[in-house]
Amino acid sequence: MWTWFYQLASPPHVYRMAARLSGGFLAAALVLIAYGTIAGLVFAPPDYQQGDAFRIVYVHAPAAWLSLNAYVVMAVAGAIGLIWRIKVAHAVSAASAPIGASFTLLALVTGSLWGRPMWGTFWAWDPRLTSELILLFLYVGVMSLRSAFEDAARGDRAAALLAIVGVVNVPIIHFSVVWWNSLHQGATVARFGKPAMVPSMLWPLLAMLAGFLCFYLAVLCMRVRGEVLRRELRARWVREALGS
Amino acid sequence: MNDVQAWPAEAGVGAGAALALIVKRDLCLSFRRPEQLLQPLVFFLIVTTLFPLGLSLELSTLREVSPGVLWVGALLASLLSLDALFRSDAEDGTLEQLVLSGQDLTLIVIAKTLAHWLVSGAALVLVSPLIALALGMPVGVFATMLASLALGTLTLSWLGAIGAALTVGLRRGNVLLSLIVLPLAMPLLIFGAGATDRALADLSTSGALYLLASLCLFTSTLAPFAAAAAVRIALE
Amino acid sequence: MSSAEGLAVDRVHVWRGERHVLKGVSCTVRPGELLHVRGPNGTGKTTLLRVICGLLRPEQGEVRWDGAPTERVRASFQRSLAYASHEPALKGDLTAIENLAFTVGLKRPVRRTELEAFLRRTGAAALLDLPVRMLSAGQRRRVALARVLALESKLWLLDEPYTNLDAGGVALLSELLAEHRGRGGLALVVAHHEVPAVSDRLELAA
Repeated sequence: MWTWFYQLASPPHVYRMAARLSGGFLAAALVLIAYGTIAGLVFAPPDYQQGDAFRIVYVHAPAAWLSLNAYVVMAVAGAIGLIWRIKVAHAVSAASAPIGASFTLLALVTGSLWGRPMWGTFWAWDPRLTSELILLFLYVGVMSLRSAFEDAARGDRAAALLAIVGVVNVPIIHFSVVWWNSLHQGATVARFGKPAMVPSMLWPLLAMLAGFLCFYLAVLCMRVRGEVLRRELRARWVREALGS
Repeated sequence: MNDVQAWPAEAGVGAGAALALIVKRDLCLSFRRPEQLLQPLVFFLIVTTLFPLGLSLELSTLREVSPGVLWVGALLASLLSLDALFRSDAEDGTLEQLVLSGQDLTLIVIAKTLAHWLVSGAALVLVSPLIALALGMPVGVFATMLASLALGTLTLSWLGAIGAALTVGLRRGNVLLSLIVLPLAMPLLIFGAGATDRALADLSTSGALYLLASLCLFTSTLAPFAAAAAVRIALE
Repeated sequence: MSSAEGLAVDRVHVWRGERHVLKGVSCTVRPGELLHVRGPNGTGKTTLLRVICGLLRPEQGEVRWDGAPTERVRASFQRSLAYASHEPALKGDLTAIENLAFTVGLKRPVRRTELEAFLRRTGAAALLDLPVRMLSAGQRRRVALARVLALESKLWLLDEPYTNLDAGGVALLSELLAEHRGRGGLALVVAHHEVPAVSDRLELAA
């Protein structure tokens, strides 16, 4: 019964499975994102406070949510790799990092684009965006640390430890930034609250969230295959799989 | 041959004695290079001088930004010295001897970090009133400022120990160390400078100081284990 | 003497990046024995010593001390060994005796007079109170040897201990090894050249 669980630690098995899964995730992502984009851009009514500008939430919110999720995946996979010494877990952790960093960047860009019509400026040190920025720094730190080691296995372990330390700090950082913001900004700065949503606004948002998640998983599967190959170069199954 | 006779039963060395011994060793080493002790302090001075020079502020405006400037200076100066926490021991092979001593690696890390804080963070705290005066900070704020810096530099030492252990032996490890530690240190900066700011504005500082203290406690409890794990990874 | 006593290395595999450095290495060293590990450069001699110490975890295989896997009894096993790495592992700014006091003092309470005796034994008595950075390479090696003695450990793991020693030093080391074995101690020595009176040899191939 537990064989499927043990198979998760086997690199050739994960390599094959990820190929199949990524196709499925990609298809689901396309459908969901298509629906979410069309429904959100065309069919959802404009917000009574923010007008049409709020529509960027359909990209910004999923990106921000996923940027955090990808970090948690990176940290948990790293922890599994560190504690139980499973190389596939390190491959997942390494695969998740650049995807998460890209989502963070997307969240920051869409966030500042959103800020322009709202506050008249591209950057106003809003607590949520500032937390996203610090999250980007954490991603860059983990990725830089991993690539700084010549021995890939040590790099994986060091990056995993840093990711774990980071994930513990993320709530602390967020809380401190919110606290900081409450000290210095008055009521003049509009908060990044999600506008009150009617169902016709909400469903596209949920679809986008699910779509982005599927997209993340699809790209993760594709990247995991590459990371597994890189770590298993000397194994016989790799030569067979690559048909040489 | 009688095994028991040749290898005496170990008297063993308790945790407290071992801690004291390692702290003594590191302090000894630090004081034999007094010029290196001064470097972070001078850097602190230089960095805080950059702000009035770069911003051309009058004393009254300078006073308003003094908590932040002081704190950023202390943060950067502490970071500068953190790189040396494990580097020298790793380079000459004595770190391995410490790990093999049979003492708990977490204890060793705690001892080294404490010794390091005593000569860097604590030194910065002692020098800070001078810098604060230069920045126009009123003397009434000093108590809060000193308390926040003491807690903050200690927390930073714990975070820095993790970073230092992870980057020891890497080329350009000190740049990577700053890259890793600074984002983690941002809550510190926020609470510490925030507390001093509130003191400057005659508001209650207890909230901010309690937050800083709890952060310090939290980090002190967990960071040594993370740093010990990082040392093991570094030695592999 | 039971058969499980001593050190057993069982089919240890270590990869460093892409290189298969240790390919199923096995050996046993019993009390009173001296194992000479040798091989061309890059064949993992130092890696083997570090695996035995517990500084490096092998990907496959096991190291056992008195029958028990060292993974499980790591702290007590590390207290039973003395590791002399390729570098003398001394702090340059501390004196010879301070170096010894700090290292040995972590393992057992030790008096200055005891440490002086060990330094005398390895011919480094005159260098007691000099900062180690002022000592020559050969003198540092003698101080490192004194530390190995002072730790009073049953298992000696010595990586290229003959480096930089003059003829007198080489003879001294051989004497110390013989005494150690006579007391029932074990030793694993990595050396490029011949080591006298070995019990066994382990050749590591590329």
